Amino acid sequence: MGIRFVLLVNKQGQTRLAQYYEHLSIDQRTALEGEIVRKCLVRTDQQCSFVEHRNYKVVYRRYASLFFLVGVDNEENELAILEFIHLLVETLDRYFGNVCELDIMIHLEKVHFIVEEMVVNGCIVETNKSNILMPIQLMEKAA
Amino acid sequence: MAAQSIMDSLFQHTLSDMIKSLRHHPIGESKLISKSLDEIRREIKSTDPSTKSTALEKLTYLSSIHAASDMSFASFPIVELLSSPKFPLKKTAYLAASHSFHSSTDVLLLITNQLRKDLASANEHEVCLALNLLSVIGTPDLLRDLTPDLVSLLSTNKLLVRKKAIALTFRVFENCPDSVRLLFRRLVENLESSDQGVVSATVGVFAELVGRDARSYLALAPEFYRVLVDCKNNWVLIKVLKIFAKLAPLEARLGRRIVEPICEHMRRSGAKSVVFECVRTVVSCLSDYESAVRLAVDKIREFMGESDPNLKYLGLQALSVLAGKHLWAVGENKEAVIKALSDADPNIKREALRLVMMMVSESNVADICRILVNYALKSDPDFCNGILRAILVTCCRNDYEVVEDFDWYVSLLGEMSRNPQCREGEEIERQLVDISLRVKEARPELVRVARELLIDPALLGNPFVHRILSAVAWVSGEYVEFSRNPIEIIEALLQPRANLLPPLIRAVYIQSAFKVLVFCVHSFFFPRETVRSFSLDNLASRVSGLLSEKEDPESLNLAIRDTSTDFEMDKDFDLRFHSRTAEEIAMENVGDDAYADGQSSSSVVLQNPLFTHDCVLNLLNLVKVALGPLSGSDEVEVQERAQNVLGLVGLIQQEISEISLVEMEGTVREKKSKASTIIQIMQDVFSEELVPVAMTVQERVLAPEGLVLSENLAELDAICGDIIPPESSSFYLGGNLFGDKNSVSTSNQRNEEESEEPSSESTSLLAQHRKQHGLYYLPSEKVDAGSSDYPPANDPQSTDNLIDGAQDLMMLTEQSLVTKKKPNHSKPRPVVVKLNEVGEMPVLPVKPMQELKDNSLSGAIRDVLLGNDTKPSSSQRKSSEKSSRRRMVTDLPLDSVGPSKSIENVAIASLDPASSSSRRSKHRSHGKGGHRSPEKNVGSEKEDGKKEKKKSHRHGRSKTRHRAETTLNVPAESPVIPDFLL
Repeated sequence: MGIRFVLLVNKQGQTRLAQYYEHLSIDQRTALEGEIVRKCLVRTDQQCSFVEHRNYKVVYRRYASLFFLVGVDNEENELAILEFIHLLVETLDRYFGNVCELDIMIHLEKVHFIVEEMVVNGCIVETNKSNILMPIQLMEKAA
Repeated sequence: MAAQSIMDSLFQHTLSDMIKSLRHHPIGESKLISKSLDEIRREIKSTDPSTKSTALEKLTYLSSIHAASDMSFASFPIVELLSSPKFPLKKTAYLAASHSFHSSTDVLLLITNQLRKDLASANEHEVCLALNLLSVIGTPDLLRDLTPDLVSLLSTNKLLVRKKAIALTFRVFENCPDSVRLLFRRLVENLESSDQGVVSATVGVFAELVGRDARSYLALAPEFYRVLVDCKNNWVLIKVLKIFAKLAPLEARLGRRIVEPICEHMRRSGAKSVVFECVRTVVSCLSDYESAVRLAVDKIREFMGESDPNLKYLGLQALSVLAGKHLWAVGENKEAVIKALSDADPNIKREALRLVMMMVSESNVADICRILVNYALKSDPDFCNGILRAILVTCCRNDYEVVEDFDWYVSLLGEMSRNPQCREGEEIERQLVDISLRVKEARPELVRVARELLIDPALLGNPFVHRILSAVAWVSGEYVEFSRNPIEIIEALLQPRANLLPPLIRAVYIQSAFKVLVFCVHSFFFPRETVRSFSLDNLASRVSGLLSEKEDPESLNLAIRDTSTDFEMDKDFDLRFHSRTAEEIAMENVGDDAYADGQSSSSVVLQNPLFTHDCVLNLLNLVKVALGPLSGSDEVEVQERAQNVLGLVGLIQQEISEISLVEMEGTVREKKSKASTIIQIMQDVFSEELVPVAMTVQERVLAPEGLVLSENLAELDAICGDIIPPESSSFYLGGNLFGDKNSVSTSNQRNEEESEEPSSESTSLLAQHRKQHGLYYLPSEKVDAGSSDYPPANDPQSTDNLIDGAQDLMMLTEQSLVTKKKPNHSKPRPVVVKLNEVGEMPVLPVKPMQELKDNSLSGAIRDVLLGNDTKPSSSQRKSSEKSSRRRMVTDLPLDSVGPSKSIENVAIASLDPASSSSRRSKHRSHGKGGHRSPEKNVGSEKEDGKKEKKKSHRHGRSKTRHRAETTLNVPAESPVIPDFLL
């Protein structure tokens, strides 16, 4: 499965995007997000970006006020996931032009589609920014 | 209704309206959300699709971000919108579906046709939506129905669609294995695609599949190899490396083949993620290739030198993987590892600690532990306990394998107990008791450490130390003969602050005080014997030099003085030094030692070598005063033990005070008082040594022929009737004896003591009980011992017992054995014994079967994990296993052991090595198969494999398998792939 979930959380711990690749009930999600946010947000810049949680790893990275948290299987390459997070941020940046928390809040479904272009069924399928954004821009034209 | 819906659509809040209002009212958020939800519930029933869609958008937002509501009420509207001809509405519906549907959603049955339609749509975005949804919610039914529609998508020239379809195949394979036949060939073809996205998706799918069952995909190694060599995409490279990490252990030649390209990537790649993946692959599965490991270690060192904590962490992780086979790599990076111990990140510290513990060996364990324990003092509580735990675990591994100097280890345990942040009381308690039982030589030091912990009243206030105090109290009671000042121990055990202890530990304290008291009074009654055993047995090492010089002349004195009086001589200070008995000198030595340790206050008693009359009387008074209030305690354990002790005190106190008059006349030795008899028996009971007992020992006790339990229990009653009355008159609890022993046997050593405890009430019966004890567990140890050709442990005693063995107590003994001994001492002493000089402890029983089983099991597992690379140690292990197995088998008939269980054990023991060796031989057969084909074939084998597969698509299955076996090198033993390729 590789990637299990992609979470975007702001500094206050509010979820800004939640994409799961396995089914969890609302309660399970709330509990999971709470635990992870508590674990990751207290960590400082001098500490590494990997946190072991339950039976998997969380790789996270902070961009300004937003934390990008990705839950992955234990075998996943942590550095590659960090690169994935960075790619996601760059893609969002290119799409929204200097992306901020508000963009993600208001255009949540667009962010969902971007993530969907990059990750299918927990596998990363596209790592080229233009390729990721092309279908979304086409869809917008169509609409 | 129509009007309503028009109103709704006219005045409906859009998603952005809702988000704005949520943002502007951060305080009343929950109220706002519930208001919006009410609106949504209404709007979603609207007949107007766009109103419905907007409502759905809002609901999706609320549910995914605010976890506000279950979306199940919207399931049907979602299905309605899925079939909308307008793409934006469809898109919204698909997004909502992928967020809310799951395998048990009931409307799933309704969407199969819609999905099929969308999968066949000319609009690739619609196809993508359907594929995305399937990848999230695909159930076996749904996927099976739609598999035929997927086939063409796997080779469509719309790349966008194709890569999503590929990514979906993993879910399809997982949920309906039948689909493999239809999809696998096309999936494999995609490995050769020129599009990076497609290759990435395909490799991703294979990485997952290989994770499930690597062997089946060995046949595809050539394809993967080409990706490994040619691919420029880092993500794909990492996935391919993961695939090879799984495949390489299965096929030795594969490792040889890939090691060079991997090293090449490691040298060339600028991406840390790729380099790290190469390192990880090398350390985990290519650790036999010296040059690759060398390179990987260099890279690891670079990582550890970086300031980035991520790289440091990963470097440490890689090192700990490597440590199993290449400990030198850890040694080379020692500085970095030790530096990481003080890192800001607890994760890094933990990894570093793990590595440091891996470096521990017999030679450096003391240094490492000393540094770590000191470091623990300065660390935060979490890491401090992490360190303590690591030390405890490392040192007790394999029965204290790394510990050579137990005196050192015991004092280390004492030091750890004093760490104010220590939360590892339970483990320290276990090890203290364990060592005291297993390692005879460590006992004096144990008692010394125990004393220091006991007499420190400050420790009683720390609840985390209570478990340790329980252990040290038990140790100082059980091995009181090593104590320099028993009276001091009693004072410590009865100190008022002991009230802070939980009742169960308090009970241990009282019980230990009981033992010490008996010891003291016994030394008062029988000074010579006590001290002789004291000095000769236990202090032999310390005072032997002195004794050997002085004993000879003085043994003469002794013979004379035995009939005369000691005390008159004691009064004469001039004569004293010359005429003192050897024992007294021994005592003084002890006293001197005590002085040397700065315990001047404590050695007052010892200066008057034996316990004087006043001293004993004071002692009895002290016990009485301290325990008096406890006899009314609410806690059964405390109350009962206190009363037992008080009972004994009451019994002997009077006589001792009477003796005082007689004593001066020097007739005390001749007068066999009742008190002295009781004390003698009690002392006998307590001085019986406790030894660790194997888990399986109980099963080896053969039930005597003709044993009828009910009858024997009736006899038991008779015995009780005989024995108890004369003594029980002075005791209130006497009648409870048996109930107590049988019912309160819960667990752990407190019960051991408990079983000893009632002996104050009916000593002779319990003495018998103890003997029975000895009979039924020691001999079984002894049987083991005999089998390994060493002199048996407690020979004379057990034969005695055999003779007068009263079988009617058998049942009782068995019970006490089962309930007390088993949980406590899961492993018998042998292995620790092995650590000491063999000469010191001649008994070296066979390893317990339990351990044997574990070894062979883990051996088998390791063999499987490491493939056919048998480590040098494994052959050794195997042979030792074999020999011990043989030994056990031959011994069994002699043992006259309870047959069923032990045979079962042997069966297991013999089965495991066999199975592991058969597995091993299987691996070997791969190797051979490999050697037969010329090695240069490996290069061309890719081509062969490819051609073969293409051909095989058209041929019959049986033919395919045949050809695959003959022409392909790698997949020789995996016919699965050709099957798929039909």
